[in-house]
Amino acid sequence: MAAQILKSEQYLVSEEPYYESVGREIELFQAAYNNQLPVLLKGPTGCGKTRFMEHMAWRLKRPLITVSCHDDLTASDLVGRYLIIGGETRWVDGPLAEAVRCGGICYLDEIVEARKDTTVVIHPLADDRRQLPVEKTGELLTATADFSLVISYNPGYQSVLKELKQSTRQRFIALDFNYPDKSLEQKIVVQESGVDPQVAAKLVKFAHMTRNLKGSGLDEGASTRLLVHAGKLIVSGIAPRDACRSAVTEALTDDVEMLTAVHELSSSLF
Amino acid sequence: MSDKPLSLDEIEDELAMLFYSSQRPEEPAALLVPLMRTQQDFVLRWTVVITKTNPELAYQFASHAAAALKVMDEGGITEWILSALDVYDRKGLFPSSAVLQNASDFAARLQFKDVVVEFDDIAGVMAHFVQGLSGRPLKVAPSDEVYTDSDSLFLPPRLQQFSRQEDNFRLYKAMAAHQWAQTWYGSFRVDIEAVCAQYPDPERALELFHGLELVRLDAAIERDLSGLYREMQVLNQLADMPEPPGRWQAKVSALRETGASITDTVRLMSHLYNSDLPAPCCYQGSLSPRRVAQAMQARLEKEKALLQQALLRMQEGLEGAQAQQDNPLTPAKRRFGTQSEGAEADIDRPPELTLDGEPIVPPNDVQALLRSIYQDLGDIPDEYLYAAGDGDYRPDTSPQRPPEDVWRGTYHEEGAHLYNEWDHRRQDYRKNWCVLRELDIKPQDGPFVADTLVKYAGLVASLRKTFEALRGENRTLRRQKNGDEVDLDALVEALTDAQSGHELSERVFTQSHRVERDIAVLFMVDMSGSTKGWINEAERESLVLLCEALEILGDRYGIYGFSGMTRKRCELFRVKRFEEPYTDEVRARINGIEPQDYTRMGVSIRHLTGLLQAVEARTKLLITLSDGKPDDYDGYRGQYGIEDTRKALIEAKQAGVHSFCITIDSEARDYLPHMYGAVNYTVIDDVRRLPHRVADIYRRLTS
Repeated sequence: MAAQILKSEQYLVSEEPYYESVGREIELFQAAYNNQLPVLLKGPTGCGKTRFMEHMAWRLKRPLITVSCHDDLTASDLVGRYLIIGGETRWVDGPLAEAVRCGGICYLDEIVEARKDTTVVIHPLADDRRQLPVEKTGELLTATADFSLVISYNPGYQSVLKELKQSTRQRFIALDFNYPDKSLEQKIVVQESGVDPQVAAKLVKFAHMTRNLKGSGLDEGASTRLLVHAGKLIVSGIAPRDACRSAVTEALTDDVEMLTAVHELSSSLF
Repeated sequence: MSDKPLSLDEIEDELAMLFYSSQRPEEPAALLVPLMRTQQDFVLRWTVVITKTNPELAYQFASHAAAALKVMDEGGITEWILSALDVYDRKGLFPSSAVLQNASDFAARLQFKDVVVEFDDIAGVMAHFVQGLSGRPLKVAPSDEVYTDSDSLFLPPRLQQFSRQEDNFRLYKAMAAHQWAQTWYGSFRVDIEAVCAQYPDPERALELFHGLELVRLDAAIERDLSGLYREMQVLNQLADMPEPPGRWQAKVSALRETGASITDTVRLMSHLYNSDLPAPCCYQGSLSPRRVAQAMQARLEKEKALLQQALLRMQEGLEGAQAQQDNPLTPAKRRFGTQSEGAEADIDRPPELTLDGEPIVPPNDVQALLRSIYQDLGDIPDEYLYAAGDGDYRPDTSPQRPPEDVWRGTYHEEGAHLYNEWDHRRQDYRKNWCVLRELDIKPQDGPFVADTLVKYAGLVASLRKTFEALRGENRTLRRQKNGDEVDLDALVEALTDAQSGHELSERVFTQSHRVERDIAVLFMVDMSGSTKGWINEAERESLVLLCEALEILGDRYGIYGFSGMTRKRCELFRVKRFEEPYTDEVRARINGIEPQDYTRMGVSIRHLTGLLQAVEARTKLLITLSDGKPDDYDGYRGQYGIEDTRKALIEAKQAGVHSFCITIDSEARDYLPHMYGAVNYTVIDDVRRLPHRVADIYRRLTS
């Protein structure tokens, strides 16, 4: 197995990622970053959290290291491990250690999905110590002023298992994300998918219809991301009804009645 | 069996055995004589089945079967019977007899089966559809009259107007959309009754009003929901709508403009009152101004009181926060108000709430109230915004219950869970047949638990040992391809291999692997009357030992006792819920397990399966402790009970729940294999051995 050792430069975001500011989140993030405070992004799926991070990394000109957390993600996946390379053991930094060393932004997406022991390694990084103990090499990394830790979390899942512990959440500056308002969301859909404004307006309207159903049959309404997907399909020549069905309706639910109802809603618009 | 048709006497004899003595078998028997033997057998077979449900119903069937066989084949008859039995389960004898008496009606419907759309089949879709459209949640309900009272949309019980099913479905959609549009685009913002009363013929005026509103609402739908509008136009073409009169056409165009409102409709009424009216269209239904006014008044009164109270709470909250910052001496009389964004209020967005001219963001429930009031009135009147305390009006969220409901049983079903039950004779479910409630067990203090632990001290110690060995622990896996640490032994070996010219092994890491027992288990304990005495005691002792063992293992578990009497009163007693820790309270509840009534197993299994489905776990187990066959007072015994229980277990299996049964019934080998399968049960011959065995069986099951 050839270990690939990545250079931090390649995490730099060179082109400006498209992002529409909804409130004062850019200002707030900037202030938190300047004060070396870690940030927690809250919000439903597909409302632009990840895009916001790319945009901020570009603004701050810092490398962005994103880790999508999953239920097998352990502390050593974040910190690092020994590998055998050419008959020698060599230490390889994990994404978190690398971000600390190069003074980048480490973004742990959907942190609640990770195993519980990972929170232990982020705790000392997330308070005023700003340290990362690397047990296996005996090092104690101290983060520079450039380093920033960001985690994201979707409070919409109502599972007890997926709640963020108080001891963790109380270390972070929390930014609440939600779907942008109608005109802004329409603008985003136009910009991202290239669909014309009238169609985008209808897509946004459709998303609002599905959001009306949240809690009474749907766990989550259609996200901006799904609208962009539908818009892209429409630009490629797919009929709007079919595009909505594949990109949005089927992605939202498997329940037959709900599928029919949501499909009828999109058909009402197009 | 011979092919010779049965004689009158033979049929009479057969029927006489089935019917009440007051029912005379001669008449139905005479009708059955001319039939072929296979048909006679078919009818008699079903008569036997229906008798089990209700002999009067069976009599009705036997009397109408011959006529029904002329219009339907045997498959159709079967559907006819099942639909009648369904009606019987839900509504009782009289309506179900009506179904059996009208075989030709049913046959006609059966013939149009591919065309008809039934309300029951689309109710769910329509409810979601309407809620998605926007605005306040509206209910949908079947009714022969198609109208809305602004709380519910009333749609016909079935539609077969068009020759294609999809068009009939479209018609439902168009009807629902038209009624929704009335509530959304403000048809009810004037007093329709008062407006119509100004004309010599108020009924004609109402018709005119509806016709004009149809134009206005269709135009609004065309702007906002063009796809739906196209479908409505298709329906109008299919229905061969005649062209509206010319004068009408010319006058109503103003209503199609953006921004046309209900005042334009009212204004136009006087111009068109004396002209010809267009024919009503297929989806417009009717208007019922009086019922709208009633529903709206009740709703507004309630919402006004709720809003005023909510505003008061908000004001107090704000003042509490500000008192510390501001000068506490200013006794400002604060005023709520509204301001709308831009010149024209957006239909989707009610005006913003302000406090002393400053916009504030109200909590979600207040926003919903504001939206609903705005939807009804098109405005938020100032008197609604007066923060008031608990005034005279207390919104009563639980309306008075009509006394007759108590007798119809709906009262008893409030807050309860309804479950289907399998009737093996019909090969079909009885819908919402069982009424199940979760109840709390009365905890009972006493030395029982401590005594049990002392009594079985030796067993407890050995259980601890065996269960500790099972517990999920971190195990280090050696010689892995990748992992957290380097496996030094393997590495040394690999390097030696490499130096002597062999290939360097990749497997030189150790991985820490946590063997997780991801198990959720529910114990369903028999609390029927037959457990009285030492069976009950053995059950309680077993539960104590089991809990000790499970606490060591760390598996998630819950304990429920089941009992009940008749389908109307099925009960599950919570001893320990999944998320509850094993506390003294739980111990006292185990002690409090007492024999109750009967054992209706199917419904309990269905409910507990639902509970297990809500839990995230790799392995889900449902373990039943029982002392005998399923048995209940109202005929839930013998094959019926066994077949329903078996069906419930099959459903559980499909839901990913493994079932197992521990029983002390020595005859259980006769029926348990049929219910649980050949290997999923254990019979314990000696009750006193139960506590010794249960924990052990659990260990074997899960390792």
